[in-house]
Amino acid sequence: MADDGVTRRDFIYVAAVGMGAVGAGLSVWPFVHQMNPSKDVLALSSIEVDVSALEEGQAIKPKWRGKPVFIRRRTKAEVADARNVDVGDLPDPETDQARVTKGRDEWLVVIGVCTHFGCVPIGQAGDFGGWFCPCHGSHYDTSGRIRKGPAPKNLEVPPHKFSADGARITIG
Amino acid sequence: MPLFNANNPIVKWVDYRLPVFSFADAHLIDYPAPKNLNYWYNFGSIAGIMLVVQIATGIVLAMHYNPSADQAFNSVEHIMREVNYGWLIRYMHANGASMFFIAVYIHIFRGMYYGSYKSPREILWWMGIIILLLMMGSAFMGYVLPWGQMSFWGATVITNLFSALPFIGEHIVTWLWGGFSVDNPTLNRFYSLHYLLPFVICGAVFVHLWALHHRKSNNPTGLDIKGPQDTVPFHPYYTVKDILGIAVFGIFFSVFLFFMPNALGEVDNYIKANPLSTPAHIVPEWYFLPFYAILRSIPHKLMGVIAMGASIMILFVLPWLDTSRVRSATFRPVYKQLFWIFVVTCLVLGVVGANPAEGIWLWIGRIFTFIYFMFFLVLPIVGWFERPRPLPAGIAESVLEKSGGGSSGDEGRAA
Repeated sequence: MADDGVTRRDFIYVAAVGMGAVGAGLSVWPFVHQMNPSKDVLALSSIEVDVSALEEGQAIKPKWRGKPVFIRRRTKAEVADARNVDVGDLPDPETDQARVTKGRDEWLVVIGVCTHFGCVPIGQAGDFGGWFCPCHGSHYDTSGRIRKGPAPKNLEVPPHKFSADGARITIG
Repeated sequence: MPLFNANNPIVKWVDYRLPVFSFADAHLIDYPAPKNLNYWYNFGSIAGIMLVVQIATGIVLAMHYNPSADQAFNSVEHIMREVNYGWLIRYMHANGASMFFIAVYIHIFRGMYYGSYKSPREILWWMGIIILLLMMGSAFMGYVLPWGQMSFWGATVITNLFSALPFIGEHIVTWLWGGFSVDNPTLNRFYSLHYLLPFVICGAVFVHLWALHHRKSNNPTGLDIKGPQDTVPFHPYYTVKDILGIAVFGIFFSVFLFFMPNALGEVDNYIKANPLSTPAHIVPEWYFLPFYAILRSIPHKLMGVIAMGASIMILFVLPWLDTSRVRSATFRPVYKQLFWIFVVTCLVLGVVGANPAEGIWLWIGRIFTFIYFMFFLVLPIVGWFERPRPLPAGIAESVLEKSGGGSSGDEGRAA
């Protein structure tokens, strides 16, 4: 053995305690991961919504993954409002075109959860004719983009697609 | 005034094996407490008794409550209308939480006024802040359980605070929820943790008292105990005084409990939780309002969360921010005024937190958030330039001076 005083037994002690610490660390994971969404919660991840009855200017609020989704058939003026802004001036710059499906430009589909602290904004309200969040005063425009107030991001656009005749939207 | 005969053979037999009698004697009976403690020193024992009330009523409520998103709201109404004395026990628990916070906030302000956080009581002070944080977590999760509109949206807003963290925020929120929104899994885990936390608080209270009894109580003069002339035995002097305080506080509690049990609550919480509709004006319970006001005063999501966290965390470093060698505000003319400004600031922030974050309220909130933090930032400077008033020679002398001199308090000492 070397003269530095380190013995074989010291190595065994360190290795045993180290292995024990690794084992204890790994055994924590199931107790952490059990709090993540369970399989049945994950399974409810897609819905189909019939939108054939919506007239221009109307909106519906179906529930997806426990959250409201705003589906709004915008008027021509609202679409024009959404496109008639300088994107560079927005807090979270994004064009209206990038948030809707090409050819279905009057349809806006966004998750109805304020990006500030998760309240449900009120429709057809606020300074920009889109949504207004009553909790801390965030204003969204007719494209669901944040324009004023504490929210940092635009209302999220969930993955969605239209049926061939445009009568139904699949979300998720 | 011995409560038991130390020469009794049974007492001796037990004490030799498990020293319960010597322990009770050392910590509850002959325990030397400063003889000049005033009524502000009652709030520690009042807070302790409120913890007992919360645990006792909470265990009873758990026998009748059903923690599922479908049934939680109905089971609370079942407790209110059908369970024998259910209304009484639930109102005790709901108002008891407010009473617990009132006692603890006064207890904290008392510690700040008399410099009880200073050496050698820093760890005692830290344990107190940890108890406050545990209480906040427990109160928040308890408020979610009735599954009313305020329960649901309060839970949504508060859990969303974590989404402000960069990169991992969204994952943490999903993990806390056990889904993609506040729902049944969230309610179940909050129930489990709400049952657990009070016992964790008990553990923290034990450490708090351990540190207290190791270095003994501070007192209104802030002077150290120098000998037996400065103290009286805990029993009967402070056992009786504490019981009197608890009785008077119990009257105050009863006024809320029996005459206005919903005064401190929100009517919206009698509407069942609806994930599709946020109430027009959501507010937390009153004891969170000052912190909520600080959160909303900062026009940036992450910075708001950081400011709110800092408003409590800064208390941990208070013992080092305060550079004065004098503990008690009684002898610190500048600190005394700052202290009262701080108390008023907390109250104003509470009012701001209850009002919508717009117009004049936004600006009042910002100004008083600034003052809140300035209090802590000017403390090191105050300790440096402030000229303390002359200190009495000791605790016993200050008591004799007050009663013997015939003149009361400040004039007596100034002369």
